[in-house]
Amino acid sequence: MNQAPAYSIFSSGDAALTIDFGNVIDVSLNEKVMTLFTALQKQPLPGMIEAVPAYSSLTLFYDVAAIKKKAGKEALAYDWIKEQLQKLLVNTAEANETSSRFLQIPVCYEAAFAPGINELANAKGLPIEEIISLHASKKYRVYMLGFLPGFAYMGDVDERISMPRKTQPENVVAGSVGIAGKQTGIYPLASPGGWCIIGRTPLRLFDPEGEGESLFKAGDTVQFISITQNEFESYQRGHS
Amino acid sequence: MSLRVIKGGILDTVQDMGRIGYQHLGINPGGAMDKYAAQIANILVGNDSTEGVIELHFPSSSFIFEQPALIALSGADFKASINGEEVPTLHPLLLDKYSILQFHAIKNGARAYIAVHGGFEIEKWLGSYSTHIKVEKGGVNGRALKSDDEIAIRRKSKLPFIKHEDEFYVLPWKADTNWGDPFEKHIAILAGHEWNRLTDEAKKKFHCGSLSITRRSDRMGYRLKGDPVQVITNEEVVSSAVGFGTIQLLPDGQLIVLMADHQTTGGYPRLAHVITAHHSRMAQMKPGDSVSFKLTDQQTAEKLYLKQQQHLAQLRNACTFKLEQFLKP
Repeated sequence: MNQAPAYSIFSSGDAALTIDFGNVIDVSLNEKVMTLFTALQKQPLPGMIEAVPAYSSLTLFYDVAAIKKKAGKEALAYDWIKEQLQKLLVNTAEANETSSRFLQIPVCYEAAFAPGINELANAKGLPIEEIISLHASKKYRVYMLGFLPGFAYMGDVDERISMPRKTQPENVVAGSVGIAGKQTGIYPLASPGGWCIIGRTPLRLFDPEGEGESLFKAGDTVQFISITQNEFESYQRGHS
Repeated sequence: MSLRVIKGGILDTVQDMGRIGYQHLGINPGGAMDKYAAQIANILVGNDSTEGVIELHFPSSSFIFEQPALIALSGADFKASINGEEVPTLHPLLLDKYSILQFHAIKNGARAYIAVHGGFEIEKWLGSYSTHIKVEKGGVNGRALKSDDEIAIRRKSKLPFIKHEDEFYVLPWKADTNWGDPFEKHIAILAGHEWNRLTDEAKKKFHCGSLSITRRSDRMGYRLKGDPVQVITNEEVVSSAVGFGTIQLLPDGQLIVLMADHQTTGGYPRLAHVITAHHSRMAQMKPGDSVSFKLTDQQTAEKLYLKQQQHLAQLRNACTFKLEQFLKP
Protein backbone atom coordinates (compact mmCIF):
# COMPACT_ATOMS: atom_id res chain seq x y z
CA MET A 1 0.00 0.00 0.00
CA ASN A 2 1.44 3.31 -1.00
CA GLN A 3 -0.81 6.15 -0.02
CA ALA A 4 -0.09 9.69 -1.08
CA PRO A 5 0.78 11.68 2.03
CA ALA A 6 -1.77 14.25 3.06
CA TYR A 7 -0.14 17.57 3.67
CA SER A 8 -0.11 21.17 2.54
CA ILE A 9 2.88 23.40 2.00
CA PHE A 10 2.57 27.14 2.38
CA SER A 11 4.77 30.21 2.61
CA SER A 12 5.79 31.50 6.04
CA GLY A 13 7.31 34.71 4.75
CA ASP A 14 9.93 35.21 2.04
CA ALA A 15 12.54 32.96 3.65
CA ALA A 16 10.53 30.14 5.21
CA LEU A 17 7.90 27.61 4.27
CA THR A 18 5.75 25.36 6.39
CA ILE A 19 4.58 21.86 5.67
CA ASP A 20 1.44 21.07 7.60
CA PHE A 21 0.21 17.51 8.04
CA GLY A 22 -3.12 18.48 9.54
CA ASN A 23 -3.44 21.23 12.21
CA VAL A 24 -4.35 18.79 15.00
CA ILE A 25 -2.46 17.37 17.96
CA ASP A 26 -2.07 13.75 17.01
CA VAL A 27 0.68 11.20 17.59
CA SER A 28 0.73 9.80 14.06
CA LEU A 29 0.97 13.27 12.51
CA ASN A 30 3.70 14.21 14.96
CA GLU A 31 5.59 11.05 13.98
CA LYS A 32 5.46 12.16 10.36
CA VAL A 33 6.85 15.54 11.37
CA MET A 34 9.69 13.95 13.33
CA THR A 35 10.52 11.49 10.55
CA LEU A 36 10.86 14.39 8.14
CA PHE A 37 12.83 16.43 10.67
CA THR A 38 15.27 13.56 11.25
CA ALA A 39 15.76 13.19 7.50
CA LEU A 40 16.43 16.92 7.16
CA GLN A 41 18.91 16.90 10.05
CA LYS A 42 20.79 14.04 8.44
CA GLN A 43 20.77 15.58 5.02
CA PRO A 44 19.77 19.23 4.91
CA LEU A 45 18.30 20.50 1.67
CA PRO A 46 20.57 22.84 -0.31
CA GLY A 47 20.09 26.39 0.93
CA MET A 48 18.30 25.27 4.08
CA ILE A 49 19.15 27.26 7.21
CA GLU A 50 17.25 25.21 9.76
CA ALA A 51 14.12 23.14 10.22
CA VAL A 52 11.76 23.62 13.15
CA PRO A 53 9.35 20.79 13.92
CA ALA A 54 6.10 21.45 15.79
CA TYR A 55 2.99 19.40 16.65
CA SER A 56 1.77 18.68 13.16
CA SER A 57 3.95 20.92 11.02
CA LEU A 58 7.54 21.62 10.17
CA THR A 59 8.89 25.00 9.13
CA LEU A 60 11.95 25.26 6.99
CA PHE A 61 13.98 28.46 7.05
CA TYR A 62 16.09 28.97 3.94
CA ASP A 63 18.63 31.27 2.37
CA VAL A 64 16.98 32.90 -0.65
CA ALA A 65 20.30 34.10 -2.12
CA ALA A 66 21.91 30.65 -1.92
CA ILE A 67 18.90 29.01 -3.55
CA LYS A 68 18.74 31.59 -6.34
CA LYS A 69 22.36 30.79 -7.13
CA LYS A 70 21.37 27.17 -7.71
CA ALA A 71 17.93 27.63 -9.19
CA GLY A 72 18.63 30.64 -11.37
CA LYS A 73 17.89 34.27 -10.73
CA GLU A 74 14.46 34.19 -12.31
CA ALA A 75 13.25 31.13 -10.43
CA LEU A 76 11.27 31.59 -7.27
CA ALA A 77 13.34 30.30 -4.35
CA TYR A 78 10.10 29.28 -2.65
CA ASP A 79 9.05 27.05 -5.57
CA TRP A 80 12.48 25.49 -5.81
CA ILE A 81 12.79 24.52 -2.14
CA LYS A 82 9.17 23.37 -2.07
CA GLU A 83 9.94 20.98 -4.91
CA GLN A 84 13.05 19.69 -3.11
CA LEU A 85 10.98 19.10 -0.01
CA GLN A 86 8.30 17.22 -1.94
CA LYS A 87 10.96 14.96 -3.47
CA LEU A 88 12.36 14.25 -0.04
CA LEU A 89 8.89 13.41 1.28
CA VAL A 90 8.43 10.75 -1.34
CA ASN A 91 11.67 9.12 -0.21
CA THR A 92 11.12 9.33 3.53
CA ALA A 93 7.42 8.50 3.62
CA GLU A 94 8.02 4.98 4.91
CA ALA A 95 10.94 5.61 7.23
CA ASN A 96 9.82 5.56 10.82
CA GLU A 97 12.38 6.39 13.42
CA THR A 98 10.93 7.51 16.68
CA SER A 99 12.55 7.93 20.05
CA SER A 100 11.83 5.07 22.43
CA ARG A 101 13.10 6.91 25.50
CA PHE A 102 10.95 6.72 28.60
CA LEU A 103 11.61 9.39 31.23
CA GLN A 104 10.21 9.57 34.74
CA ILE A 105 10.10 13.11 36.08
CA PRO A 106 9.68 13.77 39.81
CA VAL A 107 7.15 16.50 40.53
CA CYS A 108 6.12 17.97 43.85
CA TYR A 109 2.43 18.93 43.69
CA GLU A 110 2.35 20.49 47.19
CA ALA A 111 0.73 23.89 47.60
CA ALA A 112 4.00 25.82 47.88
CA PHE A 113 4.92 24.71 44.35
CA ALA A 114 1.45 24.65 42.82
CA PRO A 115 -0.05 28.16 42.75
CA GLY A 116 -2.74 27.11 40.24
CA ILE A 117 -3.83 23.76 41.62
CA ASN A 118 -6.65 25.15 43.79
CA GLU A 119 -8.09 27.09 40.89
CA LEU A 120 -7.99 23.95 38.76
CA ALA A 121 -9.59 21.89 41.52
CA ASN A 122 -12.38 24.45 41.89
CA ALA A 123 -12.93 24.82 38.16
CA LYS A 124 -13.15 21.07 37.70
CA GLY A 125 -14.89 20.21 40.96
CA LEU A 126 -12.24 17.64 41.79
CA PRO A 127 -10.23 17.06 44.97
CA ILE A 128 -6.56 17.97 44.67
CA GLU A 129 -5.46 14.34 45.19
CA GLU A 130 -7.56 13.38 42.17
CA ILE A 131 -5.90 16.05 40.02
CA ILE A 132 -2.47 14.81 41.06
CA SER A 133 -3.31 11.21 40.35
CA LEU A 134 -4.86 12.06 36.97
CA HIS A 135 -1.79 14.09 35.99
CA ALA A 136 0.75 11.56 37.25
CA SER A 137 -0.98 8.39 36.09
CA LYS A 138 -0.71 9.05 32.40
CA LYS A 139 2.18 8.66 30.01
CA TYR A 140 2.72 11.67 27.78
CA ARG A 141 4.37 12.16 24.45
CA VAL A 142 6.81 15.02 23.96
CA TYR A 143 5.41 16.51 20.76
CA MET A 144 7.81 19.39 20.36
CA LEU A 145 10.22 21.80 22.02
CA GLY A 146 9.49 25.48 21.75
CA PHE A 147 8.56 28.70 23.51
CA LEU A 148 11.66 28.70 25.76
CA PRO A 149 14.97 26.84 25.55
CA GLY A 150 14.16 23.27 26.51
CA PHE A 151 10.41 23.75 26.99
CA ALA A 152 8.70 20.47 26.07
CA TYR A 153 5.09 20.46 24.90
CA MET A 154 3.57 17.19 26.09
CA GLY A 155 0.15 15.65 25.83
CA ASP A 156 -2.54 14.73 26.04
CA VAL A 157 -3.75 15.38 29.58
CA ASP A 158 -6.96 13.79 30.77
CA GLU A 159 -10.00 15.86 29.74
CA ARG A 160 -10.98 16.09 33.39
CA ILE A 161 -7.94 18.27 34.22
CA SER A 162 -7.62 20.22 30.99
CA MET A 163 -7.55 23.95 31.66
CA PRO A 164 -7.56 26.94 29.30
CA ARG A 165 -4.57 29.25 29.11
CA LYS A 166 -4.71 32.37 31.28
CA THR A 167 -5.52 35.58 29.48
CA GLN A 168 -2.77 37.49 31.31
CA PRO A 169 0.66 35.87 31.69
CA GLU A 170 2.09 35.61 35.19
CA ASN A 171 5.66 35.13 36.37
CA VAL A 172 6.48 31.45 36.53
CA VAL A 173 9.36 29.87 38.46
CA ALA A 174 11.86 27.53 36.73
CA GLY A 175 10.82 23.88 37.01
CA SER A 176 7.10 24.71 37.19
CA VAL A 177 4.78 22.11 35.69
CA GLY A 178 1.74 23.53 33.95
CA ILE A 179 -1.37 22.65 32.02
CA ALA A 180 -2.79 24.52 29.03
CA GLY A 181 -5.67 22.94 27.18
CA LYS A 182 -4.79 19.30 26.66
CA GLN A 183 -1.09 20.08 26.91
CA THR A 184 1.24 19.78 29.85
CA GLY A 185 4.77 21.16 30.06
CA ILE A 186 7.58 22.30 32.33
CA TYR A 187 9.14 25.77 32.37
CA PRO A 188 12.92 25.19 32.16
CA LEU A 189 13.60 28.84 33.04
CA ALA A 190 11.79 31.50 34.99
CA SER A 191 9.51 33.29 32.55
CA PRO A 192 6.17 34.98 32.20
CA GLY A 193 3.66 32.35 31.16
CA GLY A 194 -0.03 31.63 30.90
CA TRP A 195 -0.19 27.96 31.91
CA CYS A 196 -1.96 26.78 35.06
CA ILE A 197 0.86 25.72 37.43
CA ILE A 198 0.17 22.54 39.40
CA GLY A 199 3.61 21.48 40.60
CA ARG A 200 7.36 21.78 40.27
CA THR A 201 10.22 19.45 39.39
CA PRO A 202 13.60 19.69 41.11
CA LEU A 203 15.27 18.54 37.87
CA ARG A 204 17.32 20.91 35.82
CA LEU A 205 15.86 20.69 32.35
CA PHE A 206 18.15 23.01 30.49
CA ASP A 207 21.86 23.35 31.06
CA PRO A 208 23.22 26.53 29.50
CA GLU A 209 26.73 25.07 29.69
CA GLY A 210 25.74 22.27 27.33
CA GLU A 211 25.19 22.19 23.60
CA GLY A 212 21.68 23.56 23.74
CA GLU A 213 20.03 20.19 24.33
CA SER A 214 17.35 19.85 26.97
CA LEU A 215 16.44 16.84 29.07
CA PHE A 216 13.61 16.15 26.60
CA LYS A 217 13.55 15.31 22.95
CA ALA A 218 10.53 15.30 20.70
CA GLY A 219 9.20 11.75 20.60
CA ASP A 220 10.10 10.92 24.22
CA THR A 221 7.55 9.32 26.53
CA VAL A 222 7.27 11.01 29.93
CA GLN A 223 5.59 10.13 33.19
CA PHE A 224 5.41 12.35 36.25
CA ILE A 225 6.13 10.85 39.68
CA SER A 226 4.56 12.62 42.63
CA ILE A 227 7.13 13.48 45.34
CA THR A 228 6.88 15.24 48.70
CA GLN A 229 8.37 18.61 49.53
CA ASN A 230 11.03 16.83 51.62
CA GLU A 231 11.99 14.67 48.70
CA PHE A 232 12.04 17.74 46.46
CA GLU A 233 14.41 19.54 48.81
CA SER A 234 16.68 16.58 49.37
CA TYR A 235 16.87 16.09 45.62
CA GLN A 236 17.93 19.70 45.22
CA ARG A 237 20.55 19.37 47.96
CA GLY A 238 21.92 16.26 46.30
CA HIS A 239 22.34 17.99 42.99
CA SER A 240 23.55 21.45 43.88
CA MET B 1 43.17 46.50 26.12
CA SER B 2 39.56 47.10 25.62
CA LEU B 3 36.45 49.13 25.47
CA ARG B 4 35.07 50.03 28.89
CA VAL B 5 31.52 51.01 29.79
CA ILE B 6 31.59 54.22 31.81
CA LYS B 7 27.86 54.24 32.40
CA GLY B 8 25.30 51.61 31.41
CA GLY B 9 22.31 52.43 29.20
CA ILE B 10 18.80 50.97 29.35
CA LEU B 11 19.41 47.99 27.12
CA ASP B 12 22.70 47.72 25.28
CA THR B 13 23.77 44.25 24.27
CA VAL B 14 26.27 42.51 22.06
CA GLN B 15 24.51 41.01 19.03
CA ASP B 16 25.40 39.46 15.72
CA MET B 17 23.50 37.86 12.83
CA GLY B 18 21.82 35.43 15.22
CA ARG B 19 22.13 31.96 16.68
CA ILE B 20 21.35 29.58 13.84
CA GLY B 21 20.33 25.94 14.12
CA TYR B 22 18.88 25.69 17.64
CA GLN B 23 15.25 26.63 17.15
CA HIS B 24 14.17 22.99 17.28
CA LEU B 25 15.42 23.02 20.89
CA GLY B 26 13.39 26.10 21.72
CA ILE B 27 16.39 28.43 21.49
CA ASN B 28 15.50 31.49 19.46
CA PRO B 29 17.98 33.03 17.01
CA GLY B 30 18.03 36.48 18.62
CA GLY B 31 20.66 38.63 16.95
CA ALA B 32 20.59 42.28 15.97
CA MET B 33 17.12 43.76 15.53
CA ASP B 34 18.38 45.69 12.50
CA LYS B 35 20.71 43.23 10.81
CA TYR B 36 21.07 45.48 7.78
CA ALA B 37 22.44 48.31 9.92
CA ALA B 38 24.62 45.93 11.94
CA GLN B 39 26.19 44.65 8.72
CA ILE B 40 26.86 48.19 7.51
CA ALA B 41 28.71 49.02 10.73
CA ASN B 42 30.87 45.92 10.32
CA ILE B 43 31.50 46.70 6.65
CA LEU B 44 32.67 50.23 7.50
CA VAL B 45 35.35 48.93 9.85
CA GLY B 46 36.43 46.04 7.60
CA ASN B 47 34.92 43.24 9.69
CA ASP B 48 33.12 40.13 8.53
CA SER B 49 29.34 40.46 8.76
CA THR B 50 29.30 37.78 11.43
CA GLU B 51 31.38 39.84 13.89
CA GLY B 52 29.67 40.97 17.10
CA VAL B 53 28.42 44.56 17.38
CA ILE B 54 26.92 46.53 20.25
CA GLU B 55 23.22 47.26 19.85
CA LEU B 56 22.19 50.44 21.66
CA HIS B 57 18.83 51.69 22.82
CA PHE B 58 18.41 55.24 24.07
CA PRO B 59 19.43 56.35 26.73
CA SER B 60 22.61 54.55 25.74
CA SER B 61 25.78 53.57 27.52
CA SER B 62 28.89 55.78 27.45
CA PHE B 63 32.20 54.18 26.60
CA ILE B 64 35.90 54.83 26.93
CA PHE B 65 38.35 53.22 24.52
CA GLU B 66 41.42 52.11 26.42
CA GLN B 67 43.30 51.63 23.19
CA PRO B 68 43.26 53.31 19.78
CA ALA B 69 40.35 51.98 17.75
CA LEU B 70 38.65 52.20 14.39
CA ILE B 71 34.90 52.21 14.88
CA ALA B 72 31.67 52.96 13.03
CA LEU B 73 28.13 53.83 14.10
CA SER B 74 25.05 52.84 12.14
CA GLY B 75 21.31 52.35 12.48
CA ALA B 76 19.55 54.95 14.62
CA ASP B 77 21.22 58.34 15.03
CA PHE B 78 21.56 59.03 18.76
CA LYS B 79 23.67 62.18 18.32
CA ALA B 80 27.00 60.64 19.18
CA SER B 81 30.04 62.53 20.40
CA ILE B 82 33.71 61.71 20.80
CA ASN B 83 35.31 63.65 23.63
CA GLY B 84 32.32 65.98 23.53
CA GLU B 85 32.52 66.72 19.84
CA GLU B 86 29.64 65.51 17.65
CA VAL B 87 30.51 62.79 15.16
CA PRO B 88 28.54 61.49 12.20
CA THR B 89 27.11 58.01 11.81
CA LEU B 90 28.01 55.81 8.83
CA HIS B 91 31.66 56.94 8.65
CA PRO B 92 34.66 55.01 9.90
CA LEU B 93 36.06 56.90 12.90
CA LEU B 94 39.66 56.58 14.02
CA LEU B 95 39.98 57.16 17.75
CA ASP B 96 42.96 57.62 20.02
CA LYS B 97 43.47 55.87 23.30
CA TYR B 98 41.14 57.18 26.04
CA SER B 99 38.55 58.56 23.63
CA ILE B 100 35.10 58.85 25.17
CA LEU B 101 32.02 57.92 23.15
CA GLN B 102 28.65 59.23 24.29
CA PHE B 103 25.12 59.48 22.93
CA HIS B 104 22.96 62.52 23.59
CA ALA B 105 19.54 62.41 21.94
CA ILE B 106 17.40 60.46 19.51
CA LYS B 107 17.63 62.13 16.11
CA ASN B 108 15.96 59.20 14.39
CA GLY B 109 15.43 55.47 14.71
CA ALA B 110 15.32 53.14 17.67
CA ARG B 111 18.49 51.06 17.62
CA ALA B 112 22.06 52.14 16.96
CA TYR B 113 25.06 49.90 16.34
CA ILE B 114 28.74 50.18 17.17
CA ALA B 115 31.23 48.04 15.30
CA VAL B 116 34.93 48.02 16.17
CA HIS B 117 37.66 47.02 13.72
CA GLY B 118 38.80 43.52 14.74
CA GLY B 119 35.61 42.72 16.58
CA PHE B 120 35.11 41.90 20.23
CA GLU B 121 37.08 39.17 21.88
CA ILE B 122 34.26 37.47 23.72
CA GLU B 123 33.06 33.91 23.91
CA LYS B 124 30.36 32.66 21.63
CA TRP B 125 27.42 30.71 22.99
CA LEU B 126 26.13 28.04 20.61
CA GLY B 127 27.94 29.60 17.70
CA SER B 128 26.85 33.18 18.24
CA TYR B 129 27.92 36.32 20.08
CA SER B 130 24.29 37.38 20.54
CA THR B 131 23.20 38.04 24.10
CA HIS B 132 20.47 35.67 25.27
CA ILE B 133 19.20 37.46 28.35
CA LYS B 134 16.77 34.73 29.47
CA VAL B 135 19.44 32.04 29.50
CA GLU B 136 22.11 34.54 30.61
CA LYS B 137 24.53 33.44 27.92
CA GLY B 138 26.25 35.06 24.96
CA GLY B 139 27.46 38.65 24.69
CA VAL B 140 28.94 40.09 27.87
CA ASN B 141 27.97 37.70 30.70
CA GLY B 142 24.64 37.03 29.02
CA ARG B 143 23.20 40.40 29.98
CA ALA B 144 22.90 44.06 29.05
CA LEU B 145 26.03 46.16 29.46
CA LYS B 146 26.54 47.95 32.74
CA SER B 147 29.07 50.33 34.27
CA ASP B 148 32.62 49.03 34.34
CA ASP B 149 32.07 46.19 31.89
CA GLU B 150 35.18 45.67 29.86
CA ILE B 151 34.97 44.27 26.35
CA ALA B 152 38.26 43.17 24.83
CA ILE B 153 38.90 44.26 21.26
CA ARG B 154 40.54 41.75 18.97
CA ARG B 155 43.75 42.97 17.39
CA LYS B 156 43.49 43.01 13.63
CA SER B 157 45.69 45.57 11.90
CA LYS B 158 48.01 48.29 13.04
CA LEU B 159 46.10 51.55 13.07
CA PRO B 160 47.62 54.84 11.88
CA PHE B 161 49.15 56.91 14.66
CA ILE B 162 47.19 59.89 15.97
CA LYS B 163 49.48 62.77 16.82
CA HIS B 164 47.59 64.84 19.30
CA GLU B 165 45.60 63.86 22.32
CA ASP B 166 41.85 64.39 22.04
CA GLU B 167 42.05 64.15 18.30
CA PHE B 168 40.10 61.76 16.16
CA TYR B 169 39.59 61.31 12.45
CA VAL B 170 36.31 61.04 10.62
CA LEU B 171 37.30 59.07 7.55
CA PRO B 172 35.93 60.85 4.48
CA TRP B 173 33.65 58.16 3.06
CA LYS B 174 30.10 57.51 4.11
CA ALA B 175 28.09 54.33 3.71
CA ASP B 176 25.09 54.84 1.48
CA THR B 177 22.21 53.04 3.22
CA ASN B 178 19.77 53.60 0.38
CA TRP B 179 19.38 50.25 -1.38
CA GLY B 180 16.59 51.39 -3.68
CA ASP B 181 13.56 50.36 -1.68
CA PRO B 182 10.53 51.00 -3.91
CA PHE B 183 8.23 51.22 -0.89
CA GLU B 184 8.40 54.64 0.63
CA LYS B 185 6.04 54.56 3.55
CA HIS B 186 4.63 51.08 3.64
CA ILE B 187 6.04 48.01 5.28
CA ALA B 188 5.56 45.20 2.77
CA ILE B 189 4.02 41.97 4.01
CA LEU B 190 3.26 38.55 2.62
CA ALA B 191 -0.05 36.91 3.45
CA GLY B 192 0.28 34.41 6.26
CA HIS B 193 -1.52 31.08 6.43
CA GLU B 194 -4.50 32.56 8.28
CA TRP B 195 -4.66 35.82 6.28
CA ASN B 196 -7.96 34.82 4.73
CA ARG B 197 -9.58 34.62 8.12
CA LEU B 198 -9.64 38.42 8.07
CA THR B 199 -12.78 40.16 6.95
CA ASP B 200 -12.33 42.43 3.92
CA GLU B 201 -12.62 45.41 6.19
CA ALA B 202 -9.96 44.05 8.53
CA LYS B 203 -7.62 43.54 5.56
CA LYS B 204 -8.06 47.18 4.64
CA LYS B 205 -7.01 48.27 8.11
CA PHE B 206 -3.58 46.83 7.50
CA HIS B 207 -3.03 49.38 4.74
CA CYS B 208 -4.51 52.59 6.03
CA GLY B 209 -2.01 53.61 8.67
CA SER B 210 -4.41 53.38 11.58
CA LEU B 211 -2.12 50.97 13.43
CA SER B 212 0.44 52.26 15.86
CA ILE B 213 3.26 50.74 17.87
CA THR B 214 2.51 50.62 21.59
CA ARG B 215 4.83 50.90 24.57
CA ARG B 216 4.51 47.16 25.03
CA SER B 217 7.13 46.69 22.35
CA ASP B 218 10.61 45.33 22.77
CA ARG B 219 13.16 43.00 21.19
CA MET B 220 10.65 40.15 21.41
CA GLY B 221 7.90 41.86 19.49
CA TYR B 222 5.86 44.97 18.86
CA ARG B 223 2.30 45.11 20.10
CA LEU B 224 0.25 47.18 17.71
CA LYS B 225 -2.83 49.16 18.56
CA GLY B 226 -5.81 49.84 16.38
CA ASP B 227 -9.46 48.91 16.07
CA PRO B 228 -9.74 45.22 16.99
CA VAL B 229 -9.25 43.07 13.94
CA GLN B 230 -12.32 41.08 12.85
CA VAL B 231 -11.97 37.51 11.69
CA ILE B 232 -14.46 35.12 10.14
CA THR B 233 -13.38 32.16 12.28
CA ASN B 234 -11.71 31.62 15.61
CA GLU B 235 -10.73 28.05 14.88
CA GLU B 236 -7.74 27.14 17.00
CA VAL B 237 -4.31 27.01 15.44
CA VAL B 238 -2.00 24.26 16.65
CA SER B 239 1.36 25.74 17.68
CA SER B 240 3.88 25.97 14.87
CA ALA B 241 7.18 27.70 14.23
CA VAL B 242 7.12 31.48 13.93
CA GLY B 243 9.81 33.85 12.74
CA PHE B 244 11.12 37.40 12.72
CA GLY B 245 8.40 39.50 11.11
CA THR B 246 5.50 37.11 11.69
CA ILE B 247 2.36 39.13 12.46
CA GLN B 248 0.08 37.25 14.82
CA LEU B 249 -3.46 37.96 15.91
CA LEU B 250 -3.84 38.03 19.69
CA PRO B 251 -7.05 36.88 21.39
CA ASP B 252 -8.05 40.49 22.11
CA GLY B 253 -8.12 41.33 18.39
CA GLN B 254 -4.82 43.23 18.45
CA LEU B 255 -1.71 42.42 16.45
CA ILE B 256 1.84 41.58 17.43
CA VAL B 257 4.83 41.71 15.08
CA LEU B 258 7.48 39.27 16.21
CA MET B 259 11.01 40.66 16.32
CA ALA B 260 14.54 39.32 16.99
CA ASP B 261 13.92 37.71 20.39
CA HIS B 262 10.66 36.05 19.35
CA GLN B 263 9.67 32.66 20.74
CA THR B 264 10.44 29.78 18.41
CA THR B 265 6.84 28.59 18.23
CA GLY B 266 3.43 30.13 18.66
CA GLY B 267 -0.21 29.20 18.57
CA TYR B 268 -1.86 32.44 17.46
CA PRO B 269 -3.10 32.88 13.89
CA ARG B 270 -0.31 33.91 11.53
CA LEU B 271 -1.89 36.69 9.55
CA ALA B 272 1.14 37.95 7.67
CA HIS B 273 4.92 38.16 7.54
CA VAL B 274 6.97 41.35 7.12
CA ILE B 275 9.29 40.83 4.15
CA THR B 276 12.95 40.36 5.10
CA ALA B 277 14.04 43.48 3.23
CA HIS B 278 11.82 45.53 5.57
CA HIS B 279 12.93 43.99 8.87
CA SER B 280 15.45 46.80 9.14
CA ARG B 281 12.83 49.55 8.83
CA MET B 282 10.56 47.73 11.26
CA ALA B 283 13.44 47.48 13.75
CA GLN B 284 13.94 51.24 13.66
CA MET B 285 10.34 52.00 14.62
CA LYS B 286 9.45 52.97 18.15
CA PRO B 287 6.40 53.27 20.38
CA GLY B 288 4.03 55.90 19.06
CA ASP B 289 5.03 55.45 15.41
CA SER B 290 2.20 54.53 13.07
CA VAL B 291 2.65 51.71 10.62
CA SER B 292 0.98 50.95 7.31
CA PHE B 293 1.40 47.55 5.76
CA LYS B 294 1.07 46.71 2.10
CA LEU B 295 0.51 43.24 0.75
CA THR B 296 3.07 42.09 -1.78
CA ASP B 297 3.93 38.77 -3.42
CA GLN B 298 6.65 36.16 -2.94
CA GLN B 299 8.43 37.19 -6.16
CA THR B 300 8.69 40.84 -5.15
CA ALA B 301 9.78 39.95 -1.62
CA GLU B 302 12.57 37.69 -2.88
CA LYS B 303 13.71 40.29 -5.42
CA LEU B 304 13.85 43.04 -2.81
CA TYR B 305 15.82 40.83 -0.45
CA LEU B 306 18.37 40.15 -3.19
CA LYS B 307 18.50 43.83 -4.08
CA GLN B 308 19.27 44.71 -0.47
CA GLN B 309 21.93 41.99 -0.29
CA GLN B 310 23.51 43.21 -3.53
CA HIS B 311 23.66 46.71 -2.15
CA LEU B 312 25.50 45.40 0.92
CA ALA B 313 27.92 43.47 -1.29
CA GLN B 314 28.69 46.59 -3.35
CA LEU B 315 29.10 48.62 -0.21
CA ARG B 316 31.53 46.04 1.13
CA ASN B 317 33.63 46.17 -2.03
CA ALA B 318 33.80 49.94 -2.01
CA CYS B 319 34.51 50.28 1.70
CA THR B 320 37.07 47.47 1.82
CA PHE B 321 39.07 49.07 -0.96
CA LYS B 322 39.08 52.50 0.70
CA LEU B 323 39.90 51.11 4.11
CA GLU B 324 42.80 49.04 2.76
CA GLN B 325 44.25 52.16 1.14
CA PHE B 326 43.90 54.04 4.39
CA LEU B 327 45.43 51.32 6.55
CA LYS B 328 48.40 50.71 4.20
CA PRO B 329 51.60 51.17 6.14
